[in-house]
Amino acid sequence: MKPIGITRPVATGAMALEILGLSKRFGDVAALDDVSLTIPAGGVHALLGENGAGKSTLVKCLVGFYRADGGTILLDGREEAIPSPRESSELGIGMVYQHFTLVPSMSVAENLVIARGSLPAILNWPAERKALQAFMETLPFSIPLDKPAGALAAGEKQKVEIIKQLYLRRRLLILDEPTSVLTPDEADEVLGYIKSLTLSGQLSVLIITHKFREVTAYADDVTVLRRGRYAGHGSVAALSVEQMADMMVGGQLSRSENTRQARKAVADQSSRLVVENLRAEGNNGLEVLAGIDLAVRPGEILGIAGVSGNGQKELVEVLIGQRQKSAGSMWVGGQPYSASRAEQLRYKVNSLPEEPLRNACVGTLSVADNMALRNYDQVPLARAGWLKRKALRQQARSYVETFRVKTTGIDAKMNTLSGGNVQRAVLARELSHAVDVLIVANPVFGLDFHAVAETHARLLAAREAGTAILLVSEDLDELLELSDRIAVMSEGRIVFATAAEQADVRLLGHYMAGGHERGETTA
Amino acid sequence: MRSSISDYGAWLLQRIWLPLTVALIILILFAAFVALIGQSPAEVSGLLYQGGFGSAFAWQNTLLRASPLILTGLAVAIPAQAGMVMIGAEGALALGALAGAVGGIALQGAAPHVVQAGVLLAGMLCGAVWVGLSGWLRNYRGVNETISSLLFSYIGIALLNYFVEGPLKDPDSLNKPSTRPIGDNNMIGNLPGMDVHYGLLIGVLFALISWIVLTFTTSGFSLRLIGGNVRAAQMAGLRVGLWVTGAAAMGGAAAGLAGAIEVAAVQGSANASVVSGYGYTGILVAFMARQNALAVIPVAILIGGLEAAGGMLQRRLDVPDAVVLVLQGIAFVVIIASETLRGRQLFRLTPVAAKAGGAA
Repeated sequence: MKPIGITRPVATGAMALEILGLSKRFGDVAALDDVSLTIPAGGVHALLGENGAGKSTLVKCLVGFYRADGGTILLDGREEAIPSPRESSELGIGMVYQHFTLVPSMSVAENLVIARGSLPAILNWPAERKALQAFMETLPFSIPLDKPAGALAAGEKQKVEIIKQLYLRRRLLILDEPTSVLTPDEADEVLGYIKSLTLSGQLSVLIITHKFREVTAYADDVTVLRRGRYAGHGSVAALSVEQMADMMVGGQLSRSENTRQARKAVADQSSRLVVENLRAEGNNGLEVLAGIDLAVRPGEILGIAGVSGNGQKELVEVLIGQRQKSAGSMWVGGQPYSASRAEQLRYKVNSLPEEPLRNACVGTLSVADNMALRNYDQVPLARAGWLKRKALRQQARSYVETFRVKTTGIDAKMNTLSGGNVQRAVLARELSHAVDVLIVANPVFGLDFHAVAETHARLLAAREAGTAILLVSEDLDELLELSDRIAVMSEGRIVFATAAEQADVRLLGHYMAGGHERGETTA
Repeated sequence: MRSSISDYGAWLLQRIWLPLTVALIILILFAAFVALIGQSPAEVSGLLYQGGFGSAFAWQNTLLRASPLILTGLAVAIPAQAGMVMIGAEGALALGALAGAVGGIALQGAAPHVVQAGVLLAGMLCGAVWVGLSGWLRNYRGVNETISSLLFSYIGIALLNYFVEGPLKDPDSLNKPSTRPIGDNNMIGNLPGMDVHYGLLIGVLFALISWIVLTFTTSGFSLRLIGGNVRAAQMAGLRVGLWVTGAAAMGGAAAGLAGAIEVAAVQGSANASVVSGYGYTGILVAFMARQNALAVIPVAILIGGLEAAGGMLQRRLDVPDAVVLVLQGIAFVVIIASETLRGRQLFRLTPVAAKAGGAA
């Protein structure tokens, strides 16, 4: 495989990587704080952590998207600054993303050649093909060079992504959840191939994954991050899955117990929100909810835990009316529920979806209009179909004052507000009136400390007032602090449920990581 | 709650300077084009004004053209409230004319007012169904409404041509294939004291009512929610599919009504002459009016004036009246391009390249 037309790194074979005390801040938030890890040449190192733990920040520093604020990166023992993605690839670092970067309409051969970046104005295709053919012969499997990339199966596409990195002579490969779009068999095939490349000394690998099975099967060492900090490290052979899960969710049980405030016991009433055998398809047409059963009583917070991508997002979408269910039923107060506007008003069902600007607000409309989203067609904001602007503005003024929303005025466009104030505006709208059922998803994602505390306090106040709350969160601490019961979702099912006081974090982590026996539970 | 001086400055910049700058750029480009074909820009501009607004006769000409343009502008502006770009008014107008003529013929013998109402209602209904289909397809089948409405438009025009030259052809219409006439006594007359038919009043009323409904009612609010963010509208429990289809149908009704008025007030029967580009010019009207139903009225009059002046340009300067189309085209492109500047901080545009990046 003779390179054509471009200069390549002189050194070949696997690269050793050492990261010392890497730090990166965004404003006041430390996304990465003093993290170190070492990968010997030819090693496979797994990076574990919940969402927002700092994994992608670390990786982005390595490939030159971010510049670290502090710390050192050593490649083959030499200190290197990586100011941009270009330097990163020249040094031999390659990245494979969760989603495919191939051009679907171009053939595999064309995809490989254009990946080189700097190409001559006229390509000598016969020579390129010969070089490619020779290169492909070094591979243990065959990929049809002339097939359009779009016609390949998902596993094949991911292999081409990896082959592309080899073709570009990358020596350290970073894999960001490379198997999330693959079936388990395809995942094994791809990871097995990567493992063989490392064993033959061609590559070192840093792999981000949520799947413990893949860590135990393919990685040599593992580093766990938690909230931007180093949370644990060890040889995979010496660690059990439970120990890794424990590092990931982080022995926080005692802290959570302390912060749990004294609260009313949940009254022994019949459930207000009931979901039975709920099924739904994701955007790709595959089933993402595979029969969910749950029930929430008045004055109770049911927390739904889980690693992202296990159907929580779709569950919330179905419950708040953004997605059609394919089977099953929803009940509120014993009545069938389909999230229509009339039912939402009649049964007082409100919601705080994640990313409020995307899911719960119209960014191009005013703060006043957005605050009227729930009741613009109700007295006193409307009479006989006519909007009462004065009442609408009056309501907005009182919300802004009561919830201390910082805005230049109630006529300001919603998308000019900061994240915390968008959330305050939505809280005001959703919690100012009596609420019987509240659907909440990742309510404090991206908020600062004060906004987090305020949001949590409002949720607990609603609970005390008798609202049945379903709280979906990727932050286990948040769930432990707020919930009365916690259920774990994995692969579109509720796989485990427990009272929050007795929750064993290790056990939760175990189930979150997919360590269930294909069982189903009711929450 | 208070707006500071700088807020006011920004508002001024948005509302006054941007449109003025846009108008200036349009004029410069058009003047350059006029100079290129060897005419004096000043003379052409003067004639444009004279031909459109310079005399009572010119005004009548202008208003006659503005009347269908108001309705075809609404055919774009109403669906736009729900976030759709519908450009199929021409076909809905053609079918509205056809349905209007059929309705008028079917009601022969009834009182003139009944026939007129029948013609207009049939036209509206037919247009509503035709454009409503595009809205329905978008919501339930994920078909891009801009493409589907344009293609439906061609089908609509072809259907009109087929019926007036085939099954519905009046044997007496020899050199211009038409349906049978709806009858002279059933024609819509002129506004008192003017040589402009009642269609203008109907168009203005349609625009006024649309504007009132869109601005002051909860239905208008619902449409704005859907147009602004479908996910938020779904969360609010709105049945997005119904609203989207309904808004498309209302737009179609306006275009169909325009076609029916052409039959009942101008042509007397449905024929290929009703397809004369009003539907497409309506797109320009709606965009220039920034999809505001009320602003559609003055913009339609302005564009109607330009079209009316085309003939005078041709007679006086011996230039093709397509010069007016060139002006419209320039205006359309510049206005669309200027939309991207709206809401940005003018004169401090951040370079796009700063955000570029990505793995090789």
